[in-house]
Amino acid sequence: MNYRYKVGCSIENLKGVRDFIRASLKENGVQDLEISEIVLALDEMCSNLMIHAHHCNPDDLFEIHITVEKNNSVVFEIIDDGTVFDINQFDEPGIDSIIHEKRKGGLGIRLVKTIMDKVEYHNRSGKNVCRLVKNIHFPKP
Amino acid sequence: MIHIKRLQEDGADVIALVGEIDASSSIELDLAIAKSVGEGFTKILVDCSALEYISSAGLGVFMSYIEEFEDKHIKMVLFGMNEKVANTFEILGLNELLQIGMDKVQAKKLIQ
Repeated sequence: MNYRYKVGCSIENLKGVRDFIRASLKENGVQDLEISEIVLALDEMCSNLMIHAHHCNPDDLFEIHITVEKNNSVVFEIIDDGTVFDINQFDEPGIDSIIHEKRKGGLGIRLVKTIMDKVEYHNRSGKNVCRLVKNIHFPKP
Repeated sequence: MIHIKRLQEDGADVIALVGEIDASSSIELDLAIAKSVGEGFTKILVDCSALEYISSAGLGVFMSYIEEFEDKHIKMVLFGMNEKVANTFEILGLNELLQIGMDKVQAKKLIQ
C-alpha cells in the first residue's frame, strides 16, 4: 500500500502529519504502541525540516510517502527541495549534556535513531529524499 | 493543541495538560512551569491524565528544568500518563530522570 501527503512548512501542520501517519498505519494493522513510536519519529523529522530548512515558511511544501511492505517493513520518504539536514552527520548529545546545557532540541535525533531501523538520504531528480525504514512485526492474521 | 489548567492543592501547584504537546505548543508548557516557579511554588504536580501526545519538544521542556529544580530544591512529579505517553518517556530512559507517579495519590506521596 502507498500513501502520499503534501504539507506546508508551518509547525501548526504537524498535527495533520501525525493524523496522516496514524491513519495509514492503522489501516495496515500496525499495533498502537508501535504506531505511536513511529509518529514520534516522523513528527521529529518533519518539525526539524520545517524549522531548520524552511524557517517555518508555510508556502514551502514537502511530501511524505509511505510504502507498507506487507509482513515486513514500512518505508517513509520525506521528499523536499530545501537544505539537507542529515541527522547522521550530527553527534547526538548525551542525556547529561542535554540536561546541563538545557538543550531543548537534543532529544529528537536520539529518538529517531532509537525508533527507526534505518535513516538514509538520497538525491532523486534534484530533490532530497530522506528515507526512513521501520521493521514491523505485523500481528498474524 | 494544548490546554493547560493550573490549580493549587495542599500547597502544591497542579498543572493539568489537556491535548497534544508538539513543536508548536511546547512553549505553553514551558511558560506554565516558569510561571509556577516564578510564583514561588516548590512542589509542582503535572497531571498528564488528559495528555494525548508529547513530542521531543515537550520532553525537552521537562529536561531543561531538572538542574534548576535541583538547585532551587523544587520537586516536580508527573502522573496519570496513558501507555503511549509513558512509553515516549521510557524510550530514552527519561522516566529514570524525572519523578513519575501512577496517579495523583501516589504523586502526592512522592512529592512530600
